[in-house]
Amino acid sequence: MTTLFGVPLPAILGQLMLGLVNGSFYALLSLGLAVIFGLLGVVNFAHGAFYMLGAFAAYIGLEFLGVNYWWALLLAPLSVGLLGIIIERLFLRQLYQVEPVYGLLLTFGIALIAEGVMRSLFGASGRSYPVPPLLQGGFNLGFMVLPIYRAWVILASVTVCCVTWFLIERTRLGSRLRAATENAKLVQAFGINVPLLVMCTYGAGVGLAALAGVLAAPVIQVSPLMGSSLVIVVFAVVVIGGMGSIVGAIAGGLVLGLVEGLTKVVYPEASNIVVFIIMAVVLIWRPAGLFGKEQ
Amino acid sequence: MTRNSTIVVLGALLGLYPASQARAAADQVVIGDIDDMSSVYADVIGQGGVEAINMAVGDFGGTVLGNKITVLSVDHQNKPDIGASKFREWADQNGLTAVLGGSNTGVSIAMSKVAAAKKVTFFAIGAGGASLTGADCTPYTIHYAYDTTALGNGTASAIIKQGGKTWFFVTADYAFGTQLQESATRVVLAGGGKVLGAVRAPLGTTDYSSFLLQAQASGAQVLGLANAGTDFSNSLKAANEFGITKTMQPAALLAFLTDIHALTLQTAQGLYLTTGWYWDLNDQTRAFAKRFYSKANRPPTMNQMAYYSATLQYLNAVKAVGTTDSDKVMAQLRKTRINDVFAKDGYIRADGLMVHTMYVMQVKSPKESKYPWDYYKVIKVMSGEEADGSQPDPTCPMIKK
Repeated sequence: MTTLFGVPLPAILGQLMLGLVNGSFYALLSLGLAVIFGLLGVVNFAHGAFYMLGAFAAYIGLEFLGVNYWWALLLAPLSVGLLGIIIERLFLRQLYQVEPVYGLLLTFGIALIAEGVMRSLFGASGRSYPVPPLLQGGFNLGFMVLPIYRAWVILASVTVCCVTWFLIERTRLGSRLRAATENAKLVQAFGINVPLLVMCTYGAGVGLAALAGVLAAPVIQVSPLMGSSLVIVVFAVVVIGGMGSIVGAIAGGLVLGLVEGLTKVVYPEASNIVVFIIMAVVLIWRPAGLFGKEQ
Repeated sequence: MTRNSTIVVLGALLGLYPASQARAAADQVVIGDIDDMSSVYADVIGQGGVEAINMAVGDFGGTVLGNKITVLSVDHQNKPDIGASKFREWADQNGLTAVLGGSNTGVSIAMSKVAAAKKVTFFAIGAGGASLTGADCTPYTIHYAYDTTALGNGTASAIIKQGGKTWFFVTADYAFGTQLQESATRVVLAGGGKVLGAVRAPLGTTDYSSFLLQAQASGAQVLGLANAGTDFSNSLKAANEFGITKTMQPAALLAFLTDIHALTLQTAQGLYLTTGWYWDLNDQTRAFAKRFYSKANRPPTMNQMAYYSATLQYLNAVKAVGTTDSDKVMAQLRKTRINDVFAKDGYIRADGLMVHTMYVMQVKSPKESKYPWDYYKVIKVMSGEEADGSQPDPTCPMIKK
């Protein structure tokens, strides 16, 4: 059998496939972070908490309100996004004029509160969300059995990433958004409601996190801590891709998922730090990140 | 933000910092509970443990040797340095007389060193690592609820007897996981089985699929999960998703009632596990579970029950010797037979292990479960010696002397 690093090739292919699934989650989450940072300049530490709330919204919908998975894909991001809008309107907006560290502290506090509330409601060990009936089972790829649900995650996340990129880089709305970040006063002078634009952008970024949460709910335990363990990695992904770079976030997410997947075969003990090692190297070599622009 | 201010914020948010900093009077009992209150193991003991201690103190009457009993509790956040420094601080400033150690073997090993230095009775309850009464034993440590040796002897030998000869381990990469794997491996090899491989997953890993594919590729019959809490839930959930549970038999080397509840019976059914206690064993355990349920809205886990039992045993010992002096209290505890709602035929061995009856359980199917929290059926009752051997651990320095 062909081997690579002493590991059989089919095993490597299987791990790459799984890495791609994790990369899809990273891409979706870092995309939301990059949008928020790029357009608002806010380091959104509550991103993991919104991801967790998205998963819980799906769970609560299914368990108590009879909302199935497909509706949850739409309703959970909407409701969590609305919560994001309220937070932006009430708190975050007051902090645009001061140093970014205040925004970071605020969102960190929001994350702790959200985790604490969900822990007291549902416990630290969390709840189980079933795989939707339509997506149960698996494809036999020859080198591994890929559960249909994981394939769906890749498809859904890549689609959402492409649509978001297109919206921001290729549409009129996107060009206004980008213009507003360059020079808010001038854009406002053209009669565009910049505060509204910014508020909706935050809501959309938060909604993306919640969408990732709904996608994750059937594959991992829905627990209050699921976000905090992920948010640090996602931040590293954003830094590697280049703060605020949309393409960097998407590409960085997918590639780092793959690298992490390979690490799990070659040296599992390092799988939770490999992303940070890469981050350190990238920061030394290209401080603005792989796709970031030097200021 | 500095780490300290993060801790203060967390502590303040959770209301965990005790208001009283006053030094205790002579012979006043101060019990400290140092546990994971907010993270992966918070459901296993956590706030329910505080409830259990308070129930024990209430049942005892609230006072001992004429003084009110004080209970302190703190979140160690799974960090050995926080656990050890809080232990030291309470010993220096609050007149600490006993500590109940919550989950996490790494933290408990660090705390046992402080217990020895400060001469404070230390009940290690949530931690599983057998080294607490082996290489890391101290004259003041009592390993009270269960240990990795008993878990390996219970679950692994039950599965080996049914023909599960070849094993692959998915192990949590810290003291507890590696000790659990070691003890299960000993049982597998002694039973004529083979370990085909093992992978060490970092604590808090959420995606286990790649480790599970490695397990599947090994061709082993049994998937040994040497982890706990959310790590256990996530690994079993992924094993189901990838259809690995169809070709391999999963073995939970440590699973608590709350884990099974979180996973649902649909996912966990058929699983073998070892426990020192279950709420539905007899009328006495059911009666206590009912009382506990009215306060915590769930039956107690093995470890929460052990919290209650250890608190009462400690208070009884203090009352019997008429002092909080740890040497005298430890001597009294060592000569007491422990038979209560938690332990059957329990006694504290020379190395500090509380040897008592353990149970191998199988998780019921959704059909077999008749009422809420009806999750286990007893497969085998093990005497304490069967679970932990009849001799003290020779690696404990106190034994060599």
